[in-house]
Amino acid sequence: MLSTVKCMVMRDLTLAMRHRSDVLTTVFFFIIVVSLFPLGVGPDAALLKEMAAGVVWVAALLASMLSLTRLFADDYNDGTLEQLMMVPQPLSLIVLGKVLAHWIISGLPLVLMSPLLGLQFGLEGDELIMLMVTLLIGTPVLSLLGAIGAALTLGLRGGGVLVSLLVLPLYIPVLIFGAGAVTASAAGMGADGHLSLMGAILLLALVLAPWASAAALRISVE
Amino acid sequence: MDKALLEINELECVRGDKQLFSDLSFSLQAGSLLHVHGPNGSGKTTLLRAIAGLVLPENGEICWNGETTGKQKDDFNRELLYLGHHYGLKFELTGYENLKVFANLSGADINEHEVEAALTKFGLAHCVELPVKVLSQGQKRRVALARLLLQRSKLWILDEPFVALDAAAVELLLGVIKAHVADGGMVILTTHQEVAIDAGQLQHLHLGQQPLDRQQAGSMPSASVTEPH
Repeated sequence: MLSTVKCMVMRDLTLAMRHRSDVLTTVFFFIIVVSLFPLGVGPDAALLKEMAAGVVWVAALLASMLSLTRLFADDYNDGTLEQLMMVPQPLSLIVLGKVLAHWIISGLPLVLMSPLLGLQFGLEGDELIMLMVTLLIGTPVLSLLGAIGAALTLGLRGGGVLVSLLVLPLYIPVLIFGAGAVTASAAGMGADGHLSLMGAILLLALVLAPWASAAALRISVE
Repeated sequence: MDKALLEINELECVRGDKQLFSDLSFSLQAGSLLHVHGPNGSGKTTLLRAIAGLVLPENGEICWNGETTGKQKDDFNRELLYLGHHYGLKFELTGYENLKVFANLSGADINEHEVEAALTKFGLAHCVELPVKVLSQGQKRRVALARLLLQRSKLWILDEPFVALDAAAVELLLGVIKAHVADGGMVILTTHQEVAIDAGQLQHLHLGQQPLDRQQAGSMPSASVTEPH
């Protein structure tokens, strides 16, 4: 079971390494969107600090959308997806492997970049760590939920826009608790409640999303 | 006579709102080859994809070992190798890496030598380390076909396997198919090329044939199975 997931992760990471520009697009999109806000809003330190978590989180949502449409589309177009559906392994495990690879490629870099970007907004010590922790728990959820949307819109015309419309509303809980945790910890209140809820969402998505995406893929390939 | 391993019962497939075939029944036993004939659009590919489980038939059932394939997906998939119009290869990966991924996922314990031997047999010894995208059409097809030698599946479903192959490769593939059938395997294939296929128990399936009375307008598409042996 683990070897299936590992095999898919290694495969997708190898593919990503040979297409490095795709990986960098997502990261640079994230950096640029976040950096535009201090320039646009002006150097009001208090205001920037207040909006920091929200801006970083919204940028993370948009950045993860960017690479989502291609999660299954490439495999679908060259016929490897149908071959993957015919290997004697549960399709949900294969999907899980692909989602994990997607997160490593497009989610993990955002987590690692976030403290640097937080500095632009005047966040300090604990707030930066909290921002990183919320993104660490939250970005896998983005990849998992996004996989359902990507699977449902596979092979459709204008799938890219449709994915955004389908998936962005599903991201709302993660956005609220993720940005909320940072704001709460900045205000001196505990963020434990926020983090627990995000953890619960992550576990739920981890169990249900691969299964739902696999079902959607079967319909789309037909 | 051996028990039939693959049984198709009253299969009906619909594409869009066009009925491709209905009431299609046949069975295949170990060591036989089914050649599916029919003009373009007669539903050959749909039939093959339905057997492979990629298309849900409108009606009827497909049984492997006496049980419907949908209920034993993993067991059936272990015995199945489907090669369709798409190569099913990642063009950025080398032929070796492509084959290794599928070998790993199929659960077969295949070492590097076997992968290399399969590629060598299909005349690709010098392109083991090249990404598939730089290979020619025929060479890509050869990489895809090399999977036949690696996965010990019993049922091969080959949709137009001879396309883009040169004469030598066609001979080679025919030899591989014959060896597989002689070994108790089963092959279902379609081809529009004139290839002398004769292996094991040869059966022919004709899709999209009009009944003898051609004047009868609106007659149902039909299918017939002939067994010359």
